[in-house]
Amino acid sequence: MKCGIVVFPGSNCDHDCYHILKHVLQLDTQWIWHKDETLDTFDFIVLPGGFSYGDYLRPGAIARFSPIMKSVIDFANRGGRVLGICNGFQILVESGLLPGVLMDNEGQRFICKNLTLRVDNNNTPFTSQCAPGAVLKIPINHGQGRYFADEETLKQLEGNGQIIFRYCDEEGKTPETANPNGSIDHIAGVANANKNVMGMMPHPERCADPLWPEVDGQTIFNSLIQSSLAHS
Amino acid sequence: MTASIPITPEIVAEHGLSPEEYARIQKLLKRDPNLVELGIFSAMWSEHCSYKSSRPHLKTLPTEGPRVIQGPGENAGVVDIGDGLAVVFKIESHNHPSFIEPHQGAATGVGGIMRDVFTMGARPIALLDSLRFGDPDHEKTRYLLNGVVKGIADYGNCVGVPTVGGDIYFDACYNGNILVNVFCLGLAKADRIFLGNASGIGNALLYVGSKTGRDGIHGASMASAEFDDATEEKRPTVQVGDPFTEKLLLEACLEIMKEDWVVGVQDMGAAGLSSSSFEMAERAGMGLELDLDAVPQREAGMNAYELMLSESQERMLFVVEKGHEDEALAIFKKWDLDVAVIGRVTDDGIYRARENGEEVVTLPIEAVVTGALKCDRPVQKPAYLAEVGTLDLSSKEIPARGGEVLKQLLASPTIASKQFVYEQYDHMVRLNTLVLPGSDAAVLRVPETDKALSLAVDCNPRYGYLDPYIGAQIAVAEACRNVVCSGADPVGVTNCLNFGNPENPEIMWQFQEAVRGLGDLCRFFDIPVVSGNVSLYNETKGEAIYPTPTIAVVGLMEDRSLHCTQGFKQAGHRIGLLGSTLEDLGGSEYQKLFWNELRGQPPVLDPKTERAVQRLCLDLIRQRLIQSAHDCSEGGLAVALAESCFTGPKPLGADLVLNSGMRADALLFGESQSRIVISFSEDALPSIESLAQKAGVPFAALGTAGGSKFQIRIDGNEFINEDILALEDIWENSLSRYGNRVAG
Amino acid sequence: MLAKIHVTLKNGVLDSQGKAVHQALNDLGYAEVEDVRLGKYMEVALSGISEQEAQTRVTEMCEKLLANTVIESYRFSLEPAE
Repeated sequence: MKCGIVVFPGSNCDHDCYHILKHVLQLDTQWIWHKDETLDTFDFIVLPGGFSYGDYLRPGAIARFSPIMKSVIDFANRGGRVLGICNGFQILVESGLLPGVLMDNEGQRFICKNLTLRVDNNNTPFTSQCAPGAVLKIPINHGQGRYFADEETLKQLEGNGQIIFRYCDEEGKTPETANPNGSIDHIAGVANANKNVMGMMPHPERCADPLWPEVDGQTIFNSLIQSSLAHS
Repeated sequence: MTASIPITPEIVAEHGLSPEEYARIQKLLKRDPNLVELGIFSAMWSEHCSYKSSRPHLKTLPTEGPRVIQGPGENAGVVDIGDGLAVVFKIESHNHPSFIEPHQGAATGVGGIMRDVFTMGARPIALLDSLRFGDPDHEKTRYLLNGVVKGIADYGNCVGVPTVGGDIYFDACYNGNILVNVFCLGLAKADRIFLGNASGIGNALLYVGSKTGRDGIHGASMASAEFDDATEEKRPTVQVGDPFTEKLLLEACLEIMKEDWVVGVQDMGAAGLSSSSFEMAERAGMGLELDLDAVPQREAGMNAYELMLSESQERMLFVVEKGHEDEALAIFKKWDLDVAVIGRVTDDGIYRARENGEEVVTLPIEAVVTGALKCDRPVQKPAYLAEVGTLDLSSKEIPARGGEVLKQLLASPTIASKQFVYEQYDHMVRLNTLVLPGSDAAVLRVPETDKALSLAVDCNPRYGYLDPYIGAQIAVAEACRNVVCSGADPVGVTNCLNFGNPENPEIMWQFQEAVRGLGDLCRFFDIPVVSGNVSLYNETKGEAIYPTPTIAVVGLMEDRSLHCTQGFKQAGHRIGLLGSTLEDLGGSEYQKLFWNELRGQPPVLDPKTERAVQRLCLDLIRQRLIQSAHDCSEGGLAVALAESCFTGPKPLGADLVLNSGMRADALLFGESQSRIVISFSEDALPSIESLAQKAGVPFAALGTAGGSKFQIRIDGNEFINEDILALEDIWENSLSRYGNRVAG
Repeated sequence: MLAKIHVTLKNGVLDSQGKAVHQALNDLGYAEVEDVRLGKYMEVALSGISEQEAQTRVTEMCEKLLANTVIESYRFSLEPAE
């Protein structure tokens, strides 16, 4: 099993993803430099969090034109599994691999805290190890994570099961108080129609090391590993 | 061109140099300086760069110890933590720029201190911020708070270094001078520490980072002058930070530092290219030749004066061995940074800089760096002390019930939870934060070892106002106590000394007393001071801030599984207090809030008692006898108990019984030192009692955690009985309501 | 030639920054403020192309990078360089 982590200038959760995949989950994990133009063969690719290009202009807007992104888009279009976390999600949205946009948090402040997510589709390569409707404890860490899409797109997303995670309370309910950034419909993570590309604002790599009592983030990486095994 | 302007007394005065200082320059040079040279002297001899007022006092601090790899005098201090690793840390002020432009001022403060740490070869892994704002009701306070917090967040979050803790106080003495003190800690291999050293004849001087612009010219002189009404017009001297470039610079520096041909490196901080290049050459006893035309420039037509003094951010100076220039350039270009060879090391101790082929600077390096007139500033005990030194408690009414008092204390922005602030900071990135913000100290694992580090910062300015000697001692004691409550041994101190105008003998006395207190307690505790920073002239229209010697302490624990937090863990756990309570109401938050005064003596600090309490607490943690430990500080025992109730896995009530002949307000809200609230399971009680007795530390069992009420009875009478969730709401949300301008 | 480009949120997209500024202006006593929309203003200096080409190229730049057309609209003017 081989996975790759794309390093953009300004990525800063790249080391954390590497630590979880390489040292905790013992995968063959490779760095992918943004200036490279070709991709090795990988079972899956992670676009990590951070502030690629300082988030200047819009988060992800400049990274999306990095030399490597053409190969990442080709990889995705061929069915390769791509996980975008936080800034990685923003890059996937800017590149058109995922629908919608991520805007300034409603409260106009950056938010870093632990919260709970509900798994709304566990029939994907990213969530196959989660129980249906499972509530995961995973932290968020962003200033621009308010998901938005027009009504028609939302309807499509809902119909195709592309809404993978929603912000929720500890019981899995979605009252207004359980929406940290004003995302439409509480959306925290979405996939493309084929479910081989997913982006999420919360950071599963921040709760996947058994050093901490909370390791819910592991289920996402474990799902990716299981689905890659089944695939190969 | 700039070099040919004749120097008049007006120009000398505009550069903040006294006639005596100018005469000294003439004597050292045996000629008149040109304008560029005068600018260099002005910056290098400013208080900010030369420490001319403070140095004689700072020399008295204990700076050595078996773990110390590098003490003060470099970019940051370095302490050995075993396993071939070292921690590199420093705290630094960015007060003046943050008052003028809170967002950029605070942001560039974060950027500067991180560069100080990674120039030494360390990867920054933690930031702390010690912030002081004016009265919450002052018209500018909310704006300054929000601006500073956003500035810190924007910079630290982007670079990917977690902000894991800090402290915030509000007091009217900061209405015209807020304090932004930023601490950074990095991790390095103990045998790969880089110093600011320009040695080796012919070696190349490499400029790397952002291009030089016209920003921040005379920033160093600004940080050494009092504010007046015109200061708010000084905006152009504020630098703008670019955290994205800093992140690239960080990664590029750590990459190049793997090479053996890197000789030395220094950040271009205050006074930019001048201070970095002069200091590097001076440390090595060498000379330098610079070609200013080679300096990457952001704007057209910049002259030598501007290039030498610009404080554009995110720039560093490297010295690399001759012959390795191309390899160095390739690494920086990989990271898309501007880089150029701008000079060479020479052996004659002279600094020569050329502009358009013409030599515009010819200065003896040692004279510039060490030649500032030593200021033996006069000191005089402040007159106000005689007036505020006494506190007559007999005239003060004792409240019949304590519930309302407690609520008001919990709502005070100095005491209320800082969640509103730390949730805006990425405090988790790099996966080391074992104890998240909100406990006494932040705890970080040391990757690839079983160790953990504990970090705390502290200073209560009101104590310092009443007695700067005691105030500084308490700052050290409390920061150590915080680190001890998390389970770590203090191993190093860094300090940021914030005071008013040193030309005022009363301020200089405060400074002298605070440094003496800091030195005495560090010597007693045997903890070295390895780095520090002094910020003077924190004064507006003659109103100085209270003495604020901010102390950051780094602690080490060999076994990270033995870390401890402040919250009560489960219902049924017993609650106890280590240490004894005196009638210490002077300087307390209670005194300020309810009597609206600041007078009397600060709390008593007996170093021997303090040490005994701390050692006992560490013993109890390491023998796994206690489940929580929390230092008693602002708001006293009642607030400490309530905070422990709020901050466990789930909020818990408590049922507490106190017996004492003392005034109830002093007992519950006084701020006696050397006290720690602990919790433990019933069966540990005999062991705790016997260890406390052996250590000679007073210990009292106070009650039990659990239930929905926070109840305290004193001598049999109910004094407080409040719903714990209602108290928690006040404590947790007061600051956020304030910051977000929400009524209630 | 100088392209002066304005990028603004499309109508109907919640402008949370605009909302915050609106609130602040009301707080400062400007009760007449009914709505605030925030946007970005950019200047792109061009050389060596005709105005007609510039029209096409700048439109392309906006579509491709400068605006996120899912939520943002743009308009620009071309002026001779100063």
